[in-house]
Amino acid sequence: MNGPKTSAEVGGMGHSVKRKEDARFIRGQGKYTDDVVLPGMLHMDIVRSPYAYAKIKSINTDKAMAIPGVHAVITGEVLKGYNLHWMPTLMSDTQMVLPTDTVMYQSQEVAAVIADDRYIAADGVEAVEVEYEPMQALVDPFKAMEKDAPVLRTDKEGKTDNHIWHWEIGDAEKTEKAFQAADVVVKEKVYLPRIHVASIETCGCVASFDPAEGKLTVWMTTQAPHAIRTVLALVAGHVGLSEEKIRIISPDIGGGFGGKVPVYPGYVIAIASSVVIGKPVKWVEDRSENLQADSFARDYHMDVELAASKTGMMEALRIKTVADHGYTDAAANPSKYPAGMFSICTGSYDIKTAFTEMDAYYTNKPPGGIAYRCSFRVTEAVHAIERIVDVLAKKLGMDPADLRMQNFIQPEEFPYKTALGWEYDSGNYPRALKLAMEKIGYDDLRREQKEKRDRGELMGIGLSTFTEIVGAGPSKDFDILGIKMFDSCELRIHPTGKAMARFGTKSQGQGHETTYAQILAEELGIPSSQIQIEEGDTDTAPYGLGTYASRSTPTAGAAAAKAAHKVRDKARKIAAHLLEASEEDLEWEVGKFFVKGSPKQSKTIQEIAFAAYTNHPQGLEPGLEATHYYDPPNMTFPFGSYICVVDIDSKTGEIKIRRFVAIDDCGNIINPMIVEGQIHGGLTQGLAPAMFEELIYDEEGNILNGTFMDYLLPTAVETPKWETERTVTPSPHHPLGAKGVAESPTVGAPPAIANAVVDALSHLGVENMDIPITPFKVWQVLQEKGVAA
Amino acid sequence: MSKHTVTIELNGSSITREVDSRLLLVHFLREELEMTGTHIGCDTSHCGACTVLIDGRSVKSCTLFTMQANGKSLTTIEGMETEGKLHPLQEGFHEEHGLQCGFCTSGMIMRAAELLEKNPNPNEEEIRWGISGNLCRCTGYVNIIKAVQYAAEKMQKEAA
Repeated sequence: MNGPKTSAEVGGMGHSVKRKEDARFIRGQGKYTDDVVLPGMLHMDIVRSPYAYAKIKSINTDKAMAIPGVHAVITGEVLKGYNLHWMPTLMSDTQMVLPTDTVMYQSQEVAAVIADDRYIAADGVEAVEVEYEPMQALVDPFKAMEKDAPVLRTDKEGKTDNHIWHWEIGDAEKTEKAFQAADVVVKEKVYLPRIHVASIETCGCVASFDPAEGKLTVWMTTQAPHAIRTVLALVAGHVGLSEEKIRIISPDIGGGFGGKVPVYPGYVIAIASSVVIGKPVKWVEDRSENLQADSFARDYHMDVELAASKTGMMEALRIKTVADHGYTDAAANPSKYPAGMFSICTGSYDIKTAFTEMDAYYTNKPPGGIAYRCSFRVTEAVHAIERIVDVLAKKLGMDPADLRMQNFIQPEEFPYKTALGWEYDSGNYPRALKLAMEKIGYDDLRREQKEKRDRGELMGIGLSTFTEIVGAGPSKDFDILGIKMFDSCELRIHPTGKAMARFGTKSQGQGHETTYAQILAEELGIPSSQIQIEEGDTDTAPYGLGTYASRSTPTAGAAAAKAAHKVRDKARKIAAHLLEASEEDLEWEVGKFFVKGSPKQSKTIQEIAFAAYTNHPQGLEPGLEATHYYDPPNMTFPFGSYICVVDIDSKTGEIKIRRFVAIDDCGNIINPMIVEGQIHGGLTQGLAPAMFEELIYDEEGNILNGTFMDYLLPTAVETPKWETERTVTPSPHHPLGAKGVAESPTVGAPPAIANAVVDALSHLGVENMDIPITPFKVWQVLQEKGVAA
Repeated sequence: MSKHTVTIELNGSSITREVDSRLLLVHFLREELEMTGTHIGCDTSHCGACTVLIDGRSVKSCTLFTMQANGKSLTTIEGMETEGKLHPLQEGFHEEHGLQCGFCTSGMIMRAAELLEKNPNPNEEEIRWGISGNLCRCTGYVNIIKAVQYAAEKMQKEAA
């Protein structure tokens, strides 16, 4: 892309337009769910299980009900009366809303207290007496798969084991042959531990049922308000909640990252409480509840194998995975893909043969498997391939950059069909890696590393040259609970030439109010500052599947462009009428139609808009509006080349990221400032699991780090200074040539960091280290190898 | 629940209220006074979303009782814009794209306000340590640091 096509005043694509939404946030005037206050509103707090697995012998609510200001205590038995004690997950599994007899993970919801304020509700929670009969928890999926393991999901009739599903793709036989014939085979066990999105705003809702109208309004921390409305109508239709009487409002959201896609029991209990009591009910989690009970991410145990020739040509990839889903599969993947987009695991490399299979198991841990800032299990896939490529490089004695370079899918090979079935739309991997190597001074760093190693100093250089897959997705393959994964834009041009557009997505910090306006400005020439963007209210916005998996720009962004084209088509008719010319004789340039060969004869979009309401051609429908539902023809495939340099203190194991260069390619860019900001944030959420974060459970299923006291989010001190740059390889099928970006860095950064640390220790015989790679883990290795004192 | 009378100089105006002894300052602000610019992110004083200034010192209002602010001067994000003019920090966060979801922003701005009061010209390292009690999950801190630098420069120019 050669600079913006529009003026700074119009502020179309390519301009770093300052964000519109900032005006309220910098003044503390954002409106988040917990800021919603309604007359007569009650507060809900939740009694949670101290045990990971236990029978509930009794629940005594008398003392809680005796507290002045407590209105109700909702238990599983109460919900059972409405047949609302169970609900489906987005993966068509089932999940308790509140238990009637058994709890399946620590911190599971057991009962809810509804009271006048949050303090009284908390008093009520303290006063509810629950008698449990603890049972031995199954925490390890490898124990859960043993033949004589107790069956956890006894609620499922005929269930005889803890297996959830098996999934596989690729040619097993051909892959086995390739491995047998290969010169070199490398294998590694790669574990991506449980982590949590830990958005700074927790989850919550305000449910308000109006008994007179029979209408339910829910302000809710959700990334997908329309899907939530439909799910509610489907699961609560039998108690009289009909879809036209349900309004979901997703107000400002304090970070989502995938954690605000699922339906959590708390939402359902609050809604049920409001319906039963007839008053608004607010529920907002505290941080412990958020970390301990909301959906986790990752938790994949992967056996990764790569076969290659002795000259380092990659020939076949095989990955066998055990997925720990906790007590129910509450992932939010498209229906057809229980393992998400894991089959992107062949990465940026021309690997002709591949096979991957996966088995998912139940354990006594919180449910989930959500796509944390990653387009459904891409982080796991990328970590597997990028780690094993480094293992291969070491085995062959090759530089990991050379090995990657010689195996890349070449630019002229796109569109490229992968061994596991994806058609990559575009890419230029060598260009991105070369740029990263130049920027960081790769050859000099390798020389420095050698010198340092000779002196006994530890320095490592790690690469990650990943391919992402985002923009779910084409309706032939992509749905959630049957709802196709298109997205939408409804565009209205007002008589004075200003505009409003509404979308089926929902920003959680991505800056849609700014970037969608830029897309429309690009296509219509109306200044982006004069285009109002709205999302998140199901009563007003067109239907869409929401914002996650980097899908907003690939789907709703494309819908915006298409809706603008429809408006332009109609504008052409009106312009022809005004200019007394034929439509074919008109040409469009940003913001106006003019008569071919006579550029002075022109009408601006503003003049045309006014005419649409005041002087439209007879026979043409008045007004200037359009709606478009965009069904993408393919996914988009952003990619990047990251290089990380670490220095390790050989005495303490302390790891210092000296430099981190990230080259990203997300196709054409709407707002460079926002893209760069998203990359900074994504890199930091890649750093977090690489070096700090993991949800840790003991053998009894107790979570050991369920608060911010000990679940360590990186602060400004731990976060390095990111160095970013980009290449631009437009998507050939997206109307704007754009691809989606925010998740690439989360996906690409962890293996770059892990590879750097392993590289620093490789001369000691270290081949792999599981993330998070902490100073303690490194120190243990150094001790073992006799390096640290 | 015993009640106490609390008098606070809040954003320049004196207010007096009757409050429960256990009422946390952040709930007093958000629920009694309906000033929702101060946010709650962790309840354990780790994330800093609830940061306000008491007598010019940044404190985390989620772990302070309202009574502990009695007789003191309290500044919240709502008090940063004066006479229609944004505080240089508010301006800096906008100009340098120092926020995304906006949830940590109020606390970051309040924390940075004390930082710049104590150290009007901090270097990058000092800013990083200075805001290390405030968590942001969106920005990777890069542009927050630039926002604080922007404000520092502007405030120094204004003071000169």
